[in-house]
Parts: sequence; C-alpha cells; structure tokens
Amino acid sequence: MSYSKPKFRHPDLPTNELGLTKSDYEGAISTLCAGCGHDSISASILNACFEMSIQPHRVAKLSGIGCSSKSPAYFLGKSHGFNSVHGRMPSVATGANLANRDLIYIGISGDGDSASIGLGQFMHVVRRNLNMLYVVENNGCYGLTKGQDSATADLGSATKKGIANPYEPMDLVSLALQIGATFVARSFSGDKRQLEPLIKAAITHKGFALIDVISPCVTFNNSVASTKGYQYVREHMSHMAVDFVPMREEICTSYQAGTTQQVCMHDGSAVHLHKTGADFDIHDRHAAMEAVYHHKQAGEILTGLLYMAHDSDDLHEVLGTVSKPLNALTENELCPGSRFLDSINEGLR
Amino acid sequence: MRRIEAVNDFVIKFANVNGTGSASANHMFAKSIFRMGIPVSPRNIFPSNIQGLPTWYEVRVSQKGYLGRRGGVDIMLCVNPQSMADDIQSVDPGGYFIYDSTKPLDTRLMRKDVEFIGIPFTQICLREYDDARLRLLFKNMIYVGALAALLNIDFAVLKDLVSDQFKGKEKLITPNVHAMELGYQYAMENFTCPLGIRVERASEIGEHISYTNHILMDGNTATALGAIYGGATVAGWYPITPSTSVVEAFERYARRLRIDPGTGKNNFAIVQAEDELSAMGIVIGAAWNGARAFTATSGPGLSLMTEFLGLAYFAEVPVVLINVQRSGPSTGMPTRTQQPDILAAAYASHGDTKHVLLFPSTPRECFDMSAEAFDLADRLQTPIIMMSDLDLGMNEHMSPPLEWDDSRKFDRGKVLSAKDLDNMDARFGRYLDTDEDGIPYRTYPGTHPEKGAFFTRGSSRDVYATYTEDGEAYVHNMQRLLKKFETAKRYVPAPKIKMAKQKTSVGALFFGTTASPCYEAVEMLAKEGHAVDTIRIRAFPFNEDVEKFISEHEVVFVIEQNRDGQLRRLLINEGELPPNKLISILHYDGMPITARSIAMSMRDSLSDNKVTPITRKTAKKVKS
Repeated sequence: MSYSKPKFRHPDLPTNELGLTKSDYEGAISTLCAGCGHDSISASILNACFEMSIQPHRVAKLSGIGCSSKSPAYFLGKSHGFNSVHGRMPSVATGANLANRDLIYIGISGDGDSASIGLGQFMHVVRRNLNMLYVVENNGCYGLTKGQDSATADLGSATKKGIANPYEPMDLVSLALQIGATFVARSFSGDKRQLEPLIKAAITHKGFALIDVISPCVTFNNSVASTKGYQYVREHMSHMAVDFVPMREEICTSYQAGTTQQVCMHDGSAVHLHKTGADFDIHDRHAAMEAVYHHKQAGEILTGLLYMAHDSDDLHEVLGTVSKPLNALTENELCPGSRFLDSINEGLR
Repeated sequence: MRRIEAVNDFVIKFANVNGTGSASANHMFAKSIFRMGIPVSPRNIFPSNIQGLPTWYEVRVSQKGYLGRRGGVDIMLCVNPQSMADDIQSVDPGGYFIYDSTKPLDTRLMRKDVEFIGIPFTQICLREYDDARLRLLFKNMIYVGALAALLNIDFAVLKDLVSDQFKGKEKLITPNVHAMELGYQYAMENFTCPLGIRVERASEIGEHISYTNHILMDGNTATALGAIYGGATVAGWYPITPSTSVVEAFERYARRLRIDPGTGKNNFAIVQAEDELSAMGIVIGAAWNGARAFTATSGPGLSLMTEFLGLAYFAEVPVVLINVQRSGPSTGMPTRTQQPDILAAAYASHGDTKHVLLFPSTPRECFDMSAEAFDLADRLQTPIIMMSDLDLGMNEHMSPPLEWDDSRKFDRGKVLSAKDLDNMDARFGRYLDTDEDGIPYRTYPGTHPEKGAFFTRGSSRDVYATYTEDGEAYVHNMQRLLKKFETAKRYVPAPKIKMAKQKTSVGALFFGTTASPCYEAVEMLAKEGHAVDTIRIRAFPFNEDVEKFISEHEVVFVIEQNRDGQLRRLLINEGELPPNKLISILHYDGMPITARSIAMSMRDSLSDNKVTPITRKTAKKVKS
C-alpha cells in the first residue's frame, strides 16, 4: 500500500516564486527501508524542483522496476508518473517526450534496471540525447529481491552475505561518456549540497542528463566490505563542489581565481564548479573519461559534474519536430482530407 | 495435345533471379493488364536474400474479378536456369513454357503436354548492348515486349507505363521502349501471335461488380496512409520483413503531408528503435502522453513486444500495433505468408490478457482499419492489433478506391480536460468505472496544477491508481477489464455475412487474405450444387453475429493459413462453441492459399457426407 502524507502544514512555511510550499512537492509516504539512500535522492529532487519554482504538474516522472523505480511515487504527487516495466523506462520516456516536448521529464532508474536488463535501452536513450534528467540510484545490488549483486557491484565488493563479487563492474558514467552523453555527473545520496545543484543543472540542460548517484542499500549492501556502503563512499569520495545559479539571479558570488570554473548553460543559467580533487575542463569529454578512470584506479569515486557539452541538438531538434507539442495537434494539422486521397487513387490506376 | 484456351482468365508466373531488376518489369506487365480494364492480382514470391536466389512473380488474370490465388500455372516465363526443372514441372498440362533459348534446353526436361516457346533473350541483349548492367536490366523489358505480342497486350499501354515509371528521367524512356520493341518484334516474327491464352480489353469488366474505379495498391502503403489519416504523430519501429514498408511509407507520406506550412517543421516523429521492445515502449510512452502512436512489426517482433502489450493492457494505454504476419515459429520463412499469430496476438503477455484484433482483407480495409484503430485504441484505452499479412501487405491488390469523410473527427475517447476537472466535484479516479462500460476516464500529463495526476503502473492498484495488494481491489479491476472487453464488441467492425442463394446448413468462416479465394471456392461449389453460406470475421472479440452464424449451421468450415487452426481454437475458447461442427481447412506452406485447394477440401468433406473434426490438408496433399 501507498499512504498519503497528512496535509496539515505550519502556516509560515516558506514559499517559492509560485507561492508553493515544499509540501506541494511531496508525494506519498515512502515504503523503502528507513535510511535508504533513495529517499535522500527523492528529497533532493523535491528541493531542487521547489527552489527552481517548477510547476509540479509540468513534470512527468518515469521509472522501470525495482526499489529505485518505486521512488517516483514518493515525490511530486501532483505530477503524472509512469512506473513501466523492468529496464524499459528509456523507451517509454522517449515516446512521452516526443508526444509533448513542453514537460520536464525525470527518469528514475536503478543499477539493475539500467546496467543489466535495461542496458540496451539506456545506451540508446543516451545516443538519442533525449531531453530528460536520468537518475540512476546506484546501490550495487538488487534490493527488492533481497540483495543479489548487480552489474555495477565492484570486483571484490561484498554484500551482507559476505561473498565477494567475482565480476568486473559496469560503469554507467564511463559508458555514457563514451557514447556521446551531453551531461554526465556522479554524486552521492548522502551529499545533498552537491546533488541538489547537479539536479538543477541537469533539469536545465537541454538534452540527456545523467546523474549516477551512489545510493547505499542499508539493508543488503552497507557492510564494511561493500564499496557502495555509506562508510566506504564517504571515505573514498573525491568531491567536487557544485553550485547552480539560475538564469534570473544575478551572478554575484566570487571565488578565488583558479579554484572555480563557471559554466554557462543554454538558457543563461550558470554552474560553478569548485575544483578540488579533479582539475579538468568540463567541456573535454576525453579528460572526463580519463579522470573517472584514474580516480577509479586510485580507489576513489570521482563525484561532481564531469562533462557537459557546449551545445547539442536534442531528439526533437534532430527529428525536426514542430515546437507545438505533437499531442496538441488536431485533425486540421494531421488529416490531409479526401482531396488528397483522390489524387492518391488516381496515381494507383 | 490440347492447348489451354483462355481469354482474360489465366495464371502466368515469372521465374527470375533476385536482384536483377525483374520486379519493376513484372510490375509493369501486371499493371498493363490492369490498365486494359482486366482484374489482375500479382504476387511476388521472394527469398530472404538481396541478390542471386530464385524469385518468382505470379500474376492471376481474372475477368470475373477473382483476386485470390487460383492454383496452377498456365504460362511460365523462365529466365532462371537454377529453378528451371521445377518450373517446367509446375506448368498445367496444355500450358506454355517461355524460356531463354540462347543456350539449348536440356531435352530431358521437355514435356510433351506443354508448349515450349524459346526466345533468345540473352543473345538479343548481347547483340544490342555493350554494358553488362544494361544487358541484365533490358532483358526484363525484352520479355515484357515479347509477352505483349504473345498475349495481345496493348503496346501503347506499356509505352505509357514506361513514361510514368521514368517521369523525371526522360532519357530512359526511349531505350526501355526500344527493348520492349525488340521482344515484341521477335515474337511477332517467330510465333503465331497471340496465343490461345490472351487478354482482350474490357471496358466494363467483372460479372458481379464493376471494377472501373478500382486501384492497384499494396496493403502496407494503405496501412501507412490510414495512420496518416488517423492522426498518428509518433512511430517507434524496428525493421523487419514484411512490415518495414509500413513505416517507410508512413515516413514518405508524412514528409509530404505533415510539414508545418509556417515553419517547415515536422508534425510527426519517427524513431527507428534499437529493438522491438523499445519500439513498443516508445508507442506506449507517446500514447500515455496523449499523442496517437503506432508501430509495425511481424512475428518475432510481436514476441518481443508481448511484455509491453501486457503493460498497455493492464495500465490501459491506447496503442496501435500493425502486425504484418509471416510464417513462424521463430524466424520461420521470413518472406513467406501465413496467418500464424492469431493466438499469440489475442493473448499476448503473461497473466490474464486479451487484445482487440482487426483483420483486414483488402488494401482498402487496411486503410480503413488502420485509421479506425486509433479511434478504437483511444475509445477502449487498450492495444489494438491489426493483423495484416505478407501477401496483403507486400503485394499489390486490386481494391476499391480509398475514401475519407471530411466531416469525420478523431474519437479521442474519455479524456478529461482541465475544465472538466475543474467542474468535477467527485475525486478523480483513473480506474473508476463511472459509465459502467468498463472504460474509465484518463488525463494527459500536465493538464491541471491540482487535479487529475495519477501514477500509471503495471502493478495492481485501486480505482485511484494507488498501489495495492488487496485481493478484492485486484479482482474488481480485472473484472472491469473483462467488462471493457465486452464493450469492445460494440465498437469493433462487424463480420460480413453472405448467404447462399439456396438455404443450406453448411457455412464457411474465414478472415483476412483467406477471404478472396474462399469466395471463389464457394462459387465453384455452388455450380456443383453445394450451397455454402459465408462469414468473414473482421475483428476479435467476436460479436454475437459470429456465434449466431455458427449455431445456425450444422457444419462450418474454418479456413485459415496456419497449422493449428488458431482462429478455430479462439472461437472454441471464447465462444464456448461445439468443436465438432467447426471443420478446419488449413494451408500453411508459405504461399497464399488457393481457391482450388479450398474447393477441393470442402468438396471432399461435403461429398463424403461425413464430418471429420479436423482435417489438415497441406499444400503437398492438395497440389496447388
């Protein structure tokens, strides 16, 4: 069962530009385990949407199957949601986006959903540069079926059962970079100061935006021998702080020269990257791939915004579709009428 | 030896090598007869190959307008040595075998009861053309010219067709006409023209129907036009024979008809997906979001789509799937026709699932049903699967012209607008059966800031779309889906019933491309004194007319093109009909079923005056 949250709220709750409070962005009560990283990600999405003053009903949430894919029910209750089938959310999102380019599409997937059963669909939605935020809630295990290793589990990492994973991991960030993703980020569910600005930037990005979020499974994969547990991730994270400055705000923050990179987005927003561990050009795909690789070799998880294309065509631009949503077209625009049929018939005689 | 004498009533078959450009020459031959006002039905029998393997083209010419396969071959035109031995054997006694006599024919292959007409096609080409490619291409035009002389085809009609074909490439007209003239002259000088088998121009043709305004069109193109007229804007697809040309034709027409005049941008989106799973996912996503969307596939693709079809059924998303059937199972014979996906489509998906099926039998019906499928899908909020097949989809068929009523509006079904939601006092429940027809109301994403949002899922939910594992709520929902399927009977196309002139207790039931040869077989039997009533099924679920027809007859032949009598099984399963009175007549060798074989099966059964529950007659047994 899903349960709704009580509607009673303190009258002085802060409101955003739309006059909405955070409670307007809530969903049903989560049924995930207490302490699950996925709930923190839901909270970050909620906060990002609230702070960006996004109208909840202009968001469509899509997911596949698994613990991660349940989570869209737990935020933005006024948005339509679609919990589709295992590993197939990318295709459903593609169709949905083609039907109405005016909505914001947030896809929530997991490591099983995206790196195993849905790897093909994941790769192809990246290639299509579909305009969407694609969050992978990556815990290295299958939670809903009680803790089997997933394809992103690191070699040698062990779940609660204590058996070391004998297979090489699949790294969705590296794969996405390799096949031309236009926005690639990695973060940690426990680091909302980094995750929230990344979500904002990803929503603002025109094209496919991947955020691979390490999101520990408290029940099955949070042991000391796990490389996706809270302790390990906190100790091995190479952290890159990120700020997101919306277009309408005056950019007034100043950082010490050489420590900050300011990246402008297509609508005039900006992302500020505070360099710490990684020092590379955010528009350099090759550098991003190298940095991810080198950090992995050093036993570190590189987080932050790793790559963003200067400018790219999303699927609608590639296909040359009209600016009006296709689902709003009527008979007048769509049906050629009987006169054209007469000429068709004539040509077939 | 008695030669076959026939005017405007014969079967001619061309034996060619794949990839030699014969298809367009053969098409021109068929079209020239059509333009002389004579009903014609050409069929391409092609391999899964790009170049080199044998390929055939069979043309039935029928003054009476019989458009199904008749069975047998009266004239064989053979330019492929690979298949020559079998091709000679397949000619009916008294028929003609036209061959390339550049090399002498192996006398062991000769038959006394067939007339051999040798024309040195290769030699003529070697004499006339230096370029190897031209020799290959013009050989086809030379034999078309020779046939014009032998069969009395109006040469002026052929010249017009060449001009039509090379519109915009006028330089090619003269050499093509010249090639035809070479063949024409050779035949005129060396044989008595025309043969006993020939055509004669008919101004008003056909005994029972006038065909003067008919068109010659393939079903896939008609299906694609139906999707254009039905308002499809999103197509997700994956290439597979024999359905590929549906989406290709859709794109071709969309590029002409769906360009926004102001901006030059597209009022459509077509995505070639990574596989059929994704193709169906794209359709579901688009349809969920309020666009009209479709995909086209064939057997193996249908198998892959079953998971998503279950979701669309259970989550109630209106999708349109065009299944152009080919022979299975697995890869089967990918370029041969059958009707083998009836059960797989009707019950696609795990769990209790039923889908609405449409069975077109002519290009006109492909157009009508394809357009209607979008209305039905929106009205019923469920997948609509149109069951075409390779014969209908990829071959040209003579068909009534396409028509469209300009006052027609799309039926978008039960969709609530923001205004509707504002005027609603009650809480919106996505799966509430407000009208008691099993069809609930839906909203498109992004409609209203406060009301109407819901969570679509393939898991069980209550009437407000909230996840639940409550058994009662689950059963309630499943029963409503069953009620909706009952409601569907009111909306789907009704069967076509034709009663015999005399009262009879014998009926015949069929669908799709089986219909045309069945009607012909029934007419053959009528002449022999066997009256048979017919019912052509056009949709599943079956409406009450189907059950009534079966109950009113003692014996009903169920004629279909698969091994297991799948429609018969569906009838028994869904209608609780007595299996004993439903007699299967089956044909599934990959070639379209013939009128002769159907007539023979029915005749056997009726004259023995005994009823065998299932007789499985393959083409081997019933020589076609």
